[in-house]
Formats: sequence, structure tokens, C-alpha cells
Amino acid sequence: MKNQESEKLIYSVKDFNLWYGDTHALKDISLDIPHKQVTAIIGPSGCGKSTFIKTLNRMVELVPSVKMKGDINYKESNIFDSKSSVETLRTEVGMVFQKPNPFPKSIYDNIAYGPRIHGIKNKTILNEVVEKSLKGAALWDEVKDRLNENAFGLSGGQQQRLCIARALAVEPDVILMDEPTSALDPLSTAKVEDLIQELKKDYSIIIVTHNMQQAARISDKTAFFLNGEVVEFDATEKMYSNPNDKRTDDYISGKFG
Amino acid sequence: MQPTIRELIKEKKQARSSNSRIEKTMPKVFFLMAAFSILVTIGIVYTLLIETFYFFTQVSFVDFITGTEWYPFFGNDPSFGIWPLVSGTFTIAAIAMMVAVPLGLSSAVYLSEYASERNRKIIKPILEVLAGVPTVVYGLFALTFVTPLLQSFIPTLPIFNALSPGIVVGIMIIPQVASLSQEAMNAVPQAMRDGAFALGATRLEVALKIVIPGSLSGIISSLVLALSRAIGETMIVATAAGSTPNMGFNPTESIQTMTAYIVQVSMGDATFGSTIYYSIYAVGMLLFVFTLLMNIIANYFSRRFREVY
Repeated sequence: MKNQESEKLIYSVKDFNLWYGDTHALKDISLDIPHKQVTAIIGPSGCGKSTFIKTLNRMVELVPSVKMKGDINYKESNIFDSKSSVETLRTEVGMVFQKPNPFPKSIYDNIAYGPRIHGIKNKTILNEVVEKSLKGAALWDEVKDRLNENAFGLSGGQQQRLCIARALAVEPDVILMDEPTSALDPLSTAKVEDLIQELKKDYSIIIVTHNMQQAARISDKTAFFLNGEVVEFDATEKMYSNPNDKRTDDYISGKFG
Repeated sequence: MQPTIRELIKEKKQARSSNSRIEKTMPKVFFLMAAFSILVTIGIVYTLLIETFYFFTQVSFVDFITGTEWYPFFGNDPSFGIWPLVSGTFTIAAIAMMVAVPLGLSSAVYLSEYASERNRKIIKPILEVLAGVPTVVYGLFALTFVTPLLQSFIPTLPIFNALSPGIVVGIMIIPQVASLSQEAMNAVPQAMRDGAFALGATRLEVALKIVIPGSLSGIISSLVLALSRAIGETMIVATAAGSTPNMGFNPTESIQTMTAYIVQVSMGDATFGSTIYYSIYAVGMLLFVFTLLMNIIANYFSRRFREVY
């Protein structure tokens, strides 16, 4: 069992609802997401898991016609509070997407992009950030001799780790990952999974995944979403060995989804 | 028994056997149509070349290309130095670009990055109406509205000047800049924007540092195409810029562009075969070379700066 100390919360979601136009995509979601752990969100396609993770850094608001109700507390303050800025939130809460989306720039400029838009121009600092972030994403050794080459020259797995490094460069507290390995081959997937294990020492990680084995391998807690609701949320071991809800059991054992 | 679908199809196919002749002839018809436009282009270039050649048997090519005095109507001592017309043309084009680049690009950024679906649906068609206004209407607008308006700020401004038609040509090409640039910006994948938003970039930062660099090739080629339209524009300048081939780039003077000169001579009574008659082909040829160059440059830029996603 985890001790009380590590159960510090990073996010606390209460009765959260979201609509796309008339479609009720998230229904009364209440979740407490622990600090510096890996929280996995699983569920079949269309269950709202991607929508949920995009709500945590308010990226979902880029979709027109989104309506929301309820509270999401990030470190004690409501992210929807008019006083909190969405840019600050997104600086503290990094995100890695399903398909690697490096910018059409050099490897170096991709990593330096975040610090630069936040006003850091000092070359020495940027050099340090680039090296540190690439090391943090276990990519430094592979790219240190070609930092000025276009990021599109990297393999898919390397591109995804580059995107993780890009997120690390602004020194976030949380990293959201929306099916980060679904476009990768098994070997690259294993590398990203190893990396996630490393990263959780310093960051809180929330990962959406289709792959239930992946959730079992890397997460401390798992939430099972179905039709926009949280069916069950518990320690991963407990969920996989002895779920409370029959639907969780059916999904995990592959009866549907 | 009712026939099966397969039998029905067979039956219909036989009934349509005459169609196969159409199927065979149509490609040839399409080819002829395409060939026709190519032939016309070749014909135009041929005519230009022949008449230009006659012109240069009467006027030295060096005088034409280096001369700074354009007095074709000076009885026994005409001079055919092209520079006053070229400078007039580029004065108009420069003023037009000063108007069209900021307005067109801002509209494109607004439409692509900020406008709601509803606003976009209202604004885009309006812009396209602007593109459909006949240029002679723009010419009258320059002469009877913009010039008097400018004269209230610059009392010494003559009725025919470069500034007013320059501005109006700029207004005319805004829709082209806006709509081509907006299409280029739209082609930047949403994933690029998402990547930047997720790092805490604001909308403006995404527009300036992701979308514009990402669509630079399309933007530049839209600008070059707009420039070539500004250079080739005729009615507005013929109406409002006057017909004084002045050397220099003073926008408050009356000038004459290459196109306006061609109009002036075509409408007048230049005798067939006279030097003046041939001169319009030489000017037309040079204009053709300019716009051709612009198109080549536009092509080059759209390849050179293409960012592959």
C-alpha cells in the first residue's frame, strides 16, 4: 500500500460535466489524481477519456461549442477561475499527443520553443535546457550530434520522445499523455514506457491508453471510463486483480471494448 | 421470373453501346480544348515578338532599355526610353503592396486563426465580392472619391496622381492576398498549433511563430501573384493616374504606367505601321516578361520555403 505522504493530490475533480454541443461527453466526473504517480485512464473509444485529459490543461476549449460545468482543482486552485491564466496552467501542465507533432524546425529549436515563447533568450540557458530536456527524455545520446537537423528526420519513436523533451523544457509539474504510444512500434513503445517510469520520480503523469497491458505495466492508479462516466478508479493492482464493478472486469478481461 | 440485377445491368449496358463511341471521342475533345488555350498563348507571344522586332528595327534596343525620356509623340524627334513607364508602373505597384500586404495578411490571420465559423462564413464571401468588382469601377472610385479625399489632406495633389490609383489597386488585390494566404495558413496542421498551445503559447504567439512560418511559402507566392496583378493592372491607372510619363517615384505626381500607355495609344489614332504603333508591342512584351518573371519567382518561393509536415 502507498503511504499517506505520497497520496498528496495534484488534481481534484468534482462533479465535472462537459458537452460538445448537445452531446453529453463527460458526466459527473469526480476523481482525485495523486501527485508524482502515474495515473492511467482506460476505456473503449468514445468513452471520453481523451476529452477528460484535454480538459485538465483546458486544451478542450479550443473546440468550438464546448460547454462545461463543475470544478477541477489543480494544486488547490480552480483551473476555470477567472484569475488563473490558461497559459500559466499549460506551462505547468505539459502535454504529449497521440501522434508525434514536432514543429517543422530543428531538434534544438523544437526544445527551445517553449522557453523562448516565455521570453528566455539567453543562449547559455537555452543550451542547458535543451541538453537537460533531451537527457530527461532519454534522447540526448541519439541526437546530440545533429541538434540542428530538422526534427522530421527522426524516427516516429524518437519524434515522440522529442515531444516529451519539448514538454519537459518548460519544467512542468504534470505531463498529460494522450495515447502517446499508439502510433509507435513495440520497441519504441517500450522505450517510452521506460521513460515514463523514470519521469514519475519528478512529475505527475496522467496517461490515456487503449492498451490495458500498458496501463497495468506502468500505472499506479487506473480510472476506467465508460460512456462518459468513471466506472471505477482505484490502485492499478486492485483494478486488475479484483475489480469492484462487473463492467471493469468485463473490459479488462476483453469481453468488450 | 424476374431478371437478376446482373442480367439487368447487362441489358442496360447493351442499350448504351452507343456510349462507348462517346467514351472514345471525349478524351480527344478535351485534349483539343486544352491544346486550344496553349495555341492561343503561343499565338499571343508570337504576335508580340514579331511586332516588337519591327519596333526595334526603328528604335535602338539600347536606347529603349536605358533611356529615361519617353516622348513618343514629339513629332520629328520622339524618344523611346522605357524607364519613366517602368518607374510609373513600379510606383503604383509599390503603393498597392503597401496597402495590400498589411491589410491582406491581417485579414488572413484573422480569418484563419481568430474568426469563429460564423464570422468566417460572413466575411469570406464579402471579400470575394471585392474581388469581383470590375476594375473600371475601381478606377472611377479612385478618381471621384479617393483623389478628392486625399486632396483634403494634401491640397497640392493634382487630380491625376500615382497615390490614389496606387491605393485603389492595393484595395483591389487585398482579397487575393487574404484568401490565398488564408488557405496557406489553413493548411498548417492543427497538431502544430496544439503543440504550441500545450506549451502555454497564446493565440498571437501561435499565429506569429507557428502558423505564419509554417505557411510562408504560400504567403510569399500569394504576394508575388498579387504584385504581378498590380503591375498588370490597367483600367484603374488609366483612369486616375493621368498620362504623364514622369521619371521617378514621386507618388504625388501624375505618372503613366506601361499598361496605361498601351491603352492611350490603342484608343488614339496611331497609324498602322508607325513607330508609335509598334512601340505598344515592345511595352507589352516587357510587361509580359515582368509578369512571367513574377510567376517564376512565386513558383520558386513556394518550393523553396515549403515546410513539409
